[in-house]
Amino acid sequence: MNQQPEQFPDAEDLCRELAAMMRPHVTSDTALVGIHTGGVWLAQRLHAELGITQPLGSLDVSFHRDDFSRTGLKPGLKASSLPCDIEGAHVILVDDVLYTGRTVRAAVNELFDFGRPASVDLAVLVDRGGRELPVCARFCAHTLTQPLPASQNLQLERGEDGSLTLRLLGE
Amino acid sequence: MKIHIKNGRVIDPASNTDRVQDVFVAGSKVVALGDAPGNFLANRVIDATGLVVCPGLVDISARLREPGYEYRATLVSEMSAAVAGGVTSLACPPDTDPVLDEPGLVEMLKYRAKTMNKARVFPRGALTVGLKGEHITEMAELTEAGCVAFSQADTPIVNTEVLHHALQYAATFGFPVWLQPRDAFVGRKGVAHDGEVATRLGLTPIPVTSETIALATILQLARDTGARVHIARISSGAGLNMVRDARAHGLSVTCDVSINHLHLCDTDIGYFNPHCHLMPPLRSQSDREALRQGLADGSIDVLCSDHTPVDDDGKQVPFDEAEPGATGLELLLPLTLKWGSEMGLPLAKTLSRITADAARVLGVDHGRLVVGAAADLCLFDPEAWSRVSRENLLSQGKNTPFLGLELPGKVRYTLVDGNVVFEAKPNT
Amino acid sequence: MRNPQLNGHGELQHLLTIEGLPRDILLSILDTAAPFTEVAEREVKKIPLLRGKSVFNLFFENSTRTRTTFEIAAKRLSADVINLNINTSSTAKGESLLDTVDNLAAMHADMFVVRHASSGAPFLIAEHLARTGRDHIHVVNAGDGRHAHPTQGLLDMYTVRHYKKDFSNLVVAVVGDVLHSRVARSEIHALTTLGVPEVRVIAPKTLLPTEVERLGVRVFHDLKEGLKGVDVVMMLRLQNERMQGALLPSRQEYFKEFGLTQEKLDLAKPDAIVLHPGPMNRGVEIDSAVADGGRAVILPQVTFGIAVRMAVMSMLAGH
Repeated sequence: MNQQPEQFPDAEDLCRELAAMMRPHVTSDTALVGIHTGGVWLAQRLHAELGITQPLGSLDVSFHRDDFSRTGLKPGLKASSLPCDIEGAHVILVDDVLYTGRTVRAAVNELFDFGRPASVDLAVLVDRGGRELPVCARFCAHTLTQPLPASQNLQLERGEDGSLTLRLLGE
Repeated sequence: MKIHIKNGRVIDPASNTDRVQDVFVAGSKVVALGDAPGNFLANRVIDATGLVVCPGLVDISARLREPGYEYRATLVSEMSAAVAGGVTSLACPPDTDPVLDEPGLVEMLKYRAKTMNKARVFPRGALTVGLKGEHITEMAELTEAGCVAFSQADTPIVNTEVLHHALQYAATFGFPVWLQPRDAFVGRKGVAHDGEVATRLGLTPIPVTSETIALATILQLARDTGARVHIARISSGAGLNMVRDARAHGLSVTCDVSINHLHLCDTDIGYFNPHCHLMPPLRSQSDREALRQGLADGSIDVLCSDHTPVDDDGKQVPFDEAEPGATGLELLLPLTLKWGSEMGLPLAKTLSRITADAARVLGVDHGRLVVGAAADLCLFDPEAWSRVSRENLLSQGKNTPFLGLELPGKVRYTLVDGNVVFEAKPNT
Repeated sequence: MRNPQLNGHGELQHLLTIEGLPRDILLSILDTAAPFTEVAEREVKKIPLLRGKSVFNLFFENSTRTRTTFEIAAKRLSADVINLNINTSSTAKGESLLDTVDNLAAMHADMFVVRHASSGAPFLIAEHLARTGRDHIHVVNAGDGRHAHPTQGLLDMYTVRHYKKDFSNLVVAVVGDVLHSRVARSEIHALTTLGVPEVRVIAPKTLLPTEVERLGVRVFHDLKEGLKGVDVVMMLRLQNERMQGALLPSRQEYFKEFGLTQEKLDLAKPDAIVLHPGPMNRGVEIDSAVADGGRAVILPQVTFGIAVRMAVMSMLAGH
């Protein structure tokens, strides 16, 4: 069922585009925080590409998911790791795909458990449409013209050589 | 009343009879087998085709809970359960409230039971006053009132000297004494057999030595005093071997086992099933095998139900707090048949353990199906299987580890003294 | 017989005992617990997984410490926690265990954390809830009689894995009153399920249950002999009442023969760690020098205990 539809640009190209969009806004105060799992890979790339000095953070949003009572804890739960000081920081949250906005909501909640940032921005590789919450990415490399149906799942994958690809799963 | 029981398979273990023939009952007696006596005009004909016709069952230990524990069961409920299970004679232990240690109480119980016109009841009197193990009871008076033996139920006598004197006194009159071998200290707080299961479940254990230590004392005192001793509810292979040895050395001691211990062992406790909280405890699988074999080879004389109705409140509590015991009057026959068929025994021999042998050990003139004997009869369908369920049990006690099990042998008719005291509804 | 703590999908419905739980489930509890350890280090030590849920701590036997750890765990998960010390309230008035449970269930409990002096009491509660169609209420065994203390067993495994990484090459000794210990039973089942190749029990014969070797352990009666080459020493608490009933002569003799001193600990591997479920009896089962020494991981156990209990409660509430 895996396919690489032609309308998706290459993930590596998008990654470079995203970095270019973000570069003018990066300062020495910028803290990059990736959302597990695809967002962390992407954030690692951006962190290196943009030469960010604050250590890279990562978030697992499981503790704040709004569907816990229906689906329970997902396997492969990770600890959030925020080596940078969140209090007063200018945070850019990084995720691979922006969809309903619920993950971002949970990530913001998770982030605030660690302190009060001065500002929070969002950077994503792809906006697939289908928003259910008032969330908007400040940096977005690619927006689909037609929102994907709910039965389909678009996600970032990382090869053994570290290369990133977008993969569409489902009908 | 004259009853003609037609075409049944008549089994009388005492006379080693097993053949299809008719039985003729007149008044309270069996008056003929095979051909009708002259002028026999039946008031009632029972078609026993496909049924076994055997002596009414003799259950040597069943608690009726009266007096004192009527919330658990009553004479009315338990006597109905008895005849529904084909039991026509039963003996009950003295652990009622008050304890059966006074002639008046025994007379009252006998009288109450008699007015019900169901099974015959043979009480055992208390060996010591209040079962406290301090003062011996008026055994002669109690015997006159109707006690057939004396016992401590499951309360051991702590003071061995008292036990010695109690046996001496009983021996003076030749009264039988029934004792459950259980040390007063070893495992006294225990609730399960001391083995892997109790270890895993963290249940306070009762070692086999609780039984063997008590047996050593009892057997020695039986030898010394010459008392007629019956060992009640043997539970272990080691205990059974001691009884075997004592008999081999000439001691005339008898013993029994319960239907629970014949079919279950400690692993059946599963996840703390309170119905498997029994006294003595269910022991290991090898103990169970030894008991099954011992009953087959005659080392164990009798099988009994050890009927102990307990209400739900007494069982719906953690295992160690649950009251020990299981209901059994209605399961005696099915579980005896199950054992017999699993051991490959002839039906006559199987039934002997709950008829002729039971009557012999109890010292009563029942458990036989011969001309001239009281017409206490059990007619059952050996091929009918039924499921043990709360709804099917007449006993007020629904507490049995066998709930849900399919068992063979359905009682169709029970006669006591020539009267039909139980008749199964058709198609059940 | 279906394991009553698993639901139809083989997921954890209740946590009643470690015995019989598949290894995968034990590992997933330990894996899940790891991220929860970090919650305590946050600015806001609270996450909303059990928000709006009511957790009843049903303690039929007093244990301030265990009750507190469950209370903290539930509160960090944002649950409402109601503590009931029943030995001082309703059973004294004659209310039965299941009547108490029915009453609390009618108050819309979502989870019962049960401590009871009788082995199997939490099973009775779980069965009762299932029989009465209320199996959406979860039961966590917080210690029943001598039978099980599964969260203690799990937090001990978490501690062992934290320091030793891998279970598959360890020698672990459980020392002390195994006979009366629900902790020992849960530890032994957890260790053998997780693949520890050698589990030892070390105790006088009066404090070992019959056929304990059937649980998969090697039996030692000599502490020095038993500690040789050991990676992990799991001490058990010795209750004072064991001096009654002729099980032991005196605290002094017990300490001399079975108390863990530095000298005896030196017989174990140089990097051996020492666990104790607490509360400790210093100078009875353990010498202060060991309890406060560098090999003791007794305080980390307490910290990990909160995370493990948070993980267990979250996993149950999510099924």
